[in-house]
Amino acid sequence: MNIKFDEITFPHKIIVKIVEPTSTVLDLGCGNGELLEYLITNKHVQGYGIEIEEQSIYKCIERGISVFHLNLDSGLSDYNDKSFDYVILDQTLQEVKNPDKVLHDALRVGSHVIVSFPNFAHYKARWQLAIMGKAPIAPALPFEWYNTPNLHFLSLYDFVNYCKTKKITIEQNFFISKNKLIKISPNFRAQIGIFVIKK
Amino acid sequence: MENKTSTEIVKKQYFTFAHPPKEIILESGEKLGPITLAYETYGKLNKNRNNAILVVHALSGDSHAAGFYENDKKPGWWEDMIGKTRALDTDKYFIICSNIIGGCGESTGPSTINPKTNKPYALDFPIITIGDMVNAQKFLIDYLGIDKLLCVIGGSMGGMQTLQWVALYPEKVLSAIPIATTLKHSPQQIAFNEVGRQAIMSDPAWLNGNYYGHSGPKKGLAVARMVGHITYMSTISMEEKFSRRLKEKTNIFPSDKFSIDFEVENYLEYRGDNFAKRFDANSYLYITKALDYFDLSEEKFTQKNKNIKTKFLIIAFKSDWLYPPSQSREIVKLLKINGIPASYCEIDSSYGHDAFLVEIEKQSELIKHFLNSVVRENNIYI
Repeated sequence: MNIKFDEITFPHKIIVKIVEPTSTVLDLGCGNGELLEYLITNKHVQGYGIEIEEQSIYKCIERGISVFHLNLDSGLSDYNDKSFDYVILDQTLQEVKNPDKVLHDALRVGSHVIVSFPNFAHYKARWQLAIMGKAPIAPALPFEWYNTPNLHFLSLYDFVNYCKTKKITIEQNFFISKNKLIKISPNFRAQIGIFVIKK
Repeated sequence: MENKTSTEIVKKQYFTFAHPPKEIILESGEKLGPITLAYETYGKLNKNRNNAILVVHALSGDSHAAGFYENDKKPGWWEDMIGKTRALDTDKYFIICSNIIGGCGESTGPSTINPKTNKPYALDFPIITIGDMVNAQKFLIDYLGIDKLLCVIGGSMGGMQTLQWVALYPEKVLSAIPIATTLKHSPQQIAFNEVGRQAIMSDPAWLNGNYYGHSGPKKGLAVARMVGHITYMSTISMEEKFSRRLKEKTNIFPSDKFSIDFEVENYLEYRGDNFAKRFDANSYLYITKALDYFDLSEEKFTQKNKNIKTKFLIIAFKSDWLYPPSQSREIVKLLKINGIPASYCEIDSSYGHDAFLVEIEKQSELIKHFLNSVVRENNIYI
């Protein structure tokens, strides 16, 4: 199995470019392990995943990835400080019970933390909520209110404020709309935000 | 058996070593020899002798893991896992299943004749540990001309032997799959074993272990096995299997008081009695003690070797309360701390501890792919 750069999603392309070759990576909520497999095969990282879904574990093992079937809340406490060059929270943060604790642990065990999440303040979401009066459904928020895995709804603005309050350094940020990077009014226009943070 | 054609007629084999004066020194400091190990092999060893997988068994298991003996209808205890196209694929791998010392599967144990007295060892048999079992198996692996095992795999006590193999000989084990097991026996696990041992030793027919040639403590051993079986099931699996169904009765006020009313009682009695027919009571005492002494927790796991490179797949089952997932997560934690490559899966099964013998499909998927990755990463040409 050798995935090509063209075959991975746009947000994954951004993450792949951030990660330095031969570094150590812990992917929290690694899902089926696509990103990790790419990083291991093409960037020669030492990568591990933590995932809560049993079905995803089978997929990861099939890819030959080291994966732990654990809850994120308990899964991180075993690691020493700065055990990894990168901890990745790719579309995971909004799904965990206690994002504050998970981020705190991620920043403890990783030198850099890469966080990607859907921007709840994207104009389509705003329109649906404010004008149509319904829970938003958008490309980055594809679920109905009754089956969404998202427990927390945050905007890019919220996340930047959070980092300020917690004295977390934002090293890099990327704002994505329709598989393109954008710079102007990201909190209104971006569907997905990717941040590289450290503490 | 869904695919009986893939199984073969198999034969038990024997390897005898440690002839005096070259006895092995056990962990207790006592000597034991000569030692015979019963074992079976399935599949073929390749030219490079690097496709060997060692299967290690649980408390009541033996070397007959797969296939059929000539004129026997009952296959080995892990038949559905071992064979052509199965998780432990005999077209690709050379599978060895070794019996343990101390048992009664025709390897040296308390029922074996002591060459010094020409009588069965009985309680003159030395106390053995999981480490001693593994050390004995190491002689067998050397004898078979295998320098490195592709994998060591086993459930329950087999999982303990798997962990012990890595702790003692990490350079000999490329990968390890401990299933439904623990780094150390907990007080609850010791307690259940002690109930079993007390049942045996309080049977008048035990005769301080010198029952060979007599009937033996059949009832005591059966009771021990009954307790065991309760711990192997789960609340759900017992409900599904028995509920409160009665055995051949419609009335719970029978004339013969305290006879068997419920299906579950009938099952336990049947299982207990059957076990007592095939298993040696003294072996049960020795093996359960070996389980209780087992402790590779914390630095004990890496005491002999700090730089373990063996790749692990750890499997636990949600409803297993005898060796619960929390104990497997302790193994995971230890491996993480020591930077040992590992994967962990907690299979959603309602079968309790028995799941490692019956949850074939899910285990197979994990094991098959895990072994493929080990083969790939080590450039093994099958």
